[in-house]
Amino acid sequence: MTDITPQEGHDQGHGSAPAKLGYSPVADIPHKPRLTDTDPKAARRAERQVATMFLLSMLLIVLFVVAYVTIDPSSTVYIPVFGDVGASNFALGLTMGGAVFLIGAGAIQWAKKLMPDVEVVQQRHDMQSPRRATAEAAANYERGKEESGFARFTLIRRTLIGALVLFPIPLVVVLRDLWTASPAEAGKSPADLLSETLWTKGSRIVSDGTYLPVKPADLPVGGLVSAVPADLQEVEEAEGNLNARTKAAIILVRMDPEEIRSQQGEGWDYQGILAYSKICTHVGCPIALYEQRTHHLLCPCHQSTFDLADSGNVVFGPAARRMPQLQIGVDEEGYLVAMNDFQEPVGPSFWERG
Amino acid sequence: MKFLAARRRSPLVASALLVGALAVVGGGYAAIASVQPASAALAVGTETQIDKGQKLFLEGCSSCHGLQAQGTETGPTLIGVGAAAVSFQVSTGRMPLAAPGAQAPRKDNPYSEEDIAAMAAYVASLGPGPAIPTAEQLDYSNADMPYGGELFRINCSQCHQAAGQGGALTQGKYAPNLMEATPQVIYEAMLTGPQSMPVFSDATLPTKDKQAIIAYIRHLQEAPSQGGLSLGKFGPVTEGVFLATAIFAALIGAAVWIGIKSR
Amino acid sequence: MTTTSPVEKAGGATATYVDQRIGSNKFLSRNLGKVFPDHWSFMLGEIALYSFIVVLLTGVFLTLWFKPSMAEVVYDGSYVPLKGITMSQAYQSTLDISFDVRGGLLLRQMHHWGALIFIAAMAVHMFRVFFTGAFRKPREFNWLIGVVLTTLGLLAGFSGYSLPDDLLSGTGLQIARGIVQAIPVVGTWAAFLLFDGEFPGTEFISRLYGVHILLIPGLILALVTVHLMLVWTQKHTQFPGPGRTNDNVVGYPLLPIYMAKAGGFFFVVFGIIALVGGLVTINPIWIFGPFTPDQVSAGSQPDWYIGFLDGALRIMPNWETVIFGWTISWNIFIPALIMPGVLFTALGLYPFIEAWVTGDKREHNILDRPRNAPVRTGLGMMAISFYVMLWIGGANDIIATAFDLSINSITLFLRAAIFIVPPIVFIVTRRTCLGLQRRDREKLLHGYESGRILRLPHGEFIEVHQPLSQKDLAVITSKVDHEPLPAPDKADADGVRNKKYRSQSLRHKLSVFFYGANVPKPSAAEIEAGQHHAAHSAEIEAPLHDYEDADEFRRAHGGVLHHPGMAETNIEQQAEEHSGH
Repeated sequence: MTDITPQEGHDQGHGSAPAKLGYSPVADIPHKPRLTDTDPKAARRAERQVATMFLLSMLLIVLFVVAYVTIDPSSTVYIPVFGDVGASNFALGLTMGGAVFLIGAGAIQWAKKLMPDVEVVQQRHDMQSPRRATAEAAANYERGKEESGFARFTLIRRTLIGALVLFPIPLVVVLRDLWTASPAEAGKSPADLLSETLWTKGSRIVSDGTYLPVKPADLPVGGLVSAVPADLQEVEEAEGNLNARTKAAIILVRMDPEEIRSQQGEGWDYQGILAYSKICTHVGCPIALYEQRTHHLLCPCHQSTFDLADSGNVVFGPAARRMPQLQIGVDEEGYLVAMNDFQEPVGPSFWERG
Repeated sequence: MKFLAARRRSPLVASALLVGALAVVGGGYAAIASVQPASAALAVGTETQIDKGQKLFLEGCSSCHGLQAQGTETGPTLIGVGAAAVSFQVSTGRMPLAAPGAQAPRKDNPYSEEDIAAMAAYVASLGPGPAIPTAEQLDYSNADMPYGGELFRINCSQCHQAAGQGGALTQGKYAPNLMEATPQVIYEAMLTGPQSMPVFSDATLPTKDKQAIIAYIRHLQEAPSQGGLSLGKFGPVTEGVFLATAIFAALIGAAVWIGIKSR
Repeated sequence: MTTTSPVEKAGGATATYVDQRIGSNKFLSRNLGKVFPDHWSFMLGEIALYSFIVVLLTGVFLTLWFKPSMAEVVYDGSYVPLKGITMSQAYQSTLDISFDVRGGLLLRQMHHWGALIFIAAMAVHMFRVFFTGAFRKPREFNWLIGVVLTTLGLLAGFSGYSLPDDLLSGTGLQIARGIVQAIPVVGTWAAFLLFDGEFPGTEFISRLYGVHILLIPGLILALVTVHLMLVWTQKHTQFPGPGRTNDNVVGYPLLPIYMAKAGGFFFVVFGIIALVGGLVTINPIWIFGPFTPDQVSAGSQPDWYIGFLDGALRIMPNWETVIFGWTISWNIFIPALIMPGVLFTALGLYPFIEAWVTGDKREHNILDRPRNAPVRTGLGMMAISFYVMLWIGGANDIIATAFDLSINSITLFLRAAIFIVPPIVFIVTRRTCLGLQRRDREKLLHGYESGRILRLPHGEFIEVHQPLSQKDLAVITSKVDHEPLPAPDKADADGVRNKKYRSQSLRHKLSVFFYGANVPKPSAAEIEAGQHHAAHSAEIEAPLHDYEDADEFRRAHGGVLHHPGMAETNIEQQAEEHSGH
């Protein structure tokens, strides 16, 4: 240890010892001594300053524990500027952050004020290995190549390469069962599954959240209802996931029949009530920013805009395809129902979509 | 999901359904109005109230909406919009419009409550439309707030943002911030569908559900910010701005402090 | 070294004990005195390292409570507005961490803020390395590792952001799913394999969890280790300055100063993250609600580091083609996959491209001043401006509401600006750099302009120039004038056709572009003459400084020679002064 112990004082660079340390002070930079170098009082003040920071840090850790034990995590407190905030989180963050910060600040202050501040210089060494080492490495490599016969045994070399190429195959193949088709999905390709939804002829339309069936008269002109098929909850219960919802979610809007310029199918509305998918055809965000005046539907994620009075065609933004429309009618009890599944896949495009 | 299914069978919802079904009888707009128990009283209003309302209308509104409220090129007809629409638009200061723009902004309202009631009575007398919600309808004290939150996320957050901070619509229009909306304003907005907002009628979103939504919005307005400074509750964008400004100022400040030679 | 304390004795004994087993003293002897140059911008990488450590630490704590499961449960915790709501276990456990585990919210917020700081610090560190040319030989590999680390940082961040299964992160996953699905040929299968079938499925959170807490941090940790080992063996670069050469390193020794400063800085960064975690909300998942695929919030944005991708998706025109019944979604494929792919590849290859263009094979341990490499600096600023355009796109709805603009106009503006602004930024930056080079040349030739005019006794006016300080002289003269590569010949002297003519010619042109406009540094004799001249003019002025020191007003207004009651000329002034004494 003795040969690496740094010396005390700031004039260490002028002696002969630095050579041993592997560095020497920069010759041509004049060193201006700090106040703490020249004034012992200032040095003592700096010492006290640093120690105070460490002391405060300890105190804050104690306060952290106190805050942890005493403050109810659900209580709140009013702090000027911050407003009403969670008391526990605030106190814990303040004490812990303060404590840790002060350790760092103390250490830095110590280095700046009390440790030597003479810049020193050290030589760099070439990254490139000395010629001899390179020659030795090359010789070793040649010897290995020769002894193994890697160059001579062509058959061994080629078969080894072949084996190594095939070796990762199992690791890739086992990934196939990252998707294990459920009984309902059996025999269907991803593209098939993406092309069908829960809607069938006669599926009753219920409003999302309340799960109330909807009658045409419930929906005034300018009205909007986020809706799902009536059997969605059962299906979700049975499947244990939200997959069906992702495709089946729709919105119902009602406009003056005069204002409907076009639809995706003749008479797919019911007395001015139109049903469109709620899933954006761009990358699949749920989308229900319906402006009842302009009949525009805006996606909050990437701002694709669809005109629901005009077949759901894209009027702005990155979506390439129109919003799929669901043909609706009423059942014998007068409730709105789907007349069919969607006639095109809902949601984002995919390769096989065509 | 069970939770919501149970709700469907609750007698209250059933009665709301019944009311909704009744609405069908009248057909069209009249039916919507008839759902409101208080509409009869308000739709008629006292003669003097209607006269006063008409006077105020002629002074403040008729230049755009026409002398008979029939609508002009600059303002839509008010026949059939109902008292609730008047109350919403005037009490939030959106009407009378100060200047044409993408959308009428919320501002200070110059009218007294009686004035608004008078104008509402006048407009209601022109044709049937949604009435101003009653105190009973606005009483959300027993509302199911978590359920209101669910409905808020289904029906409202796509425009007004999850924390009710508002959001952008197309061509400079916007869904306003809800932090100052009173229960009455919220209810009336759902009922009448002001400006770009679609209508959420009492038939598809019964009073009880509206009360739940109001309860949740009230919570959003009053809730403390558990995590500390809320940064406007706008989400990752303001968090990023705070990161780039305050936090990096502190970190780089510390780095500079380390680098400066002590005197 | 007069006495040895018991502590030191024990320390020495331990060192010996360890050394006898692992030979550690050899390493210590070489490295305890290792010199590190001091500059604030060299701490940026440290911020990244330290915030990563904080993120690892807080992350370990979070794993103790977080349940990475999409199984549905009904919430019954202490956060009233969600009581009775159906949600995934992942979301429920995140709520529990936020509201029922004391200090849990602090850990979560520290983890999230720490992650944002980690990635941002990597980015800023990368800027520093880029603009100072620190990536040049011998440090190209470390640059490459840095680019990979940044990419991994993005993945680590996004995978973590997605775990709580709240409405905001779920929307992000829904978008990610849409992007994967848009990959030509394999998209649907890739998406089905990732999510175990259709979206959202029940498996994804637990799969992502393994990636987030093991795979990515493991890779980051391994690469960070290599990154630091390389910095250690290659020694840190340094800015030009007096006594600093390409063959030495000037700074402070590891023990004690650098240890105290860098170690202290760890606690400072840790402390700041803890303070921010306690005082400032981040990602209040309880406001967003549980993820449901048919719900969404306005202003759904990703964290800042994914913002550029989201912005690219937003401003991309809606191109989609169907060829022989196969759909290619250019509107997704280009902004979400090709654009970042090209961006990061170009970033990773930049050192090699620049070395090829310049033909520079020297080692560089002295950093370039950004102005001395105008094309590089311009390219960097151009890339940043491109990134900022995408960023604006990613926040266009927030910007629209905050500044009363229309999202449509912002988007249309950006569609053009993304192509127009970056080249303008390049040109402006390059010209600014060249202007600064010219100013440097002036300084070397004439010294500083003091802004003070002197009238000499014989009536001549001169502007006082001051010689450059030792430090400035060293910094400015550090510029190395490179020659562009020579133009190749079409054929050699014997008339043999030069087969590599095309590539050599391209290289020559690029090299001229890179170096051509640089303002040459004056010769050593010119610099000396210039500095000498400046020193002379300053000398003439020197007697005035005694006077100035006594006059606060004049000190504050260096250019002012007269104020009421003052001597009219310098001669009078000096005469007055001398007679006064």
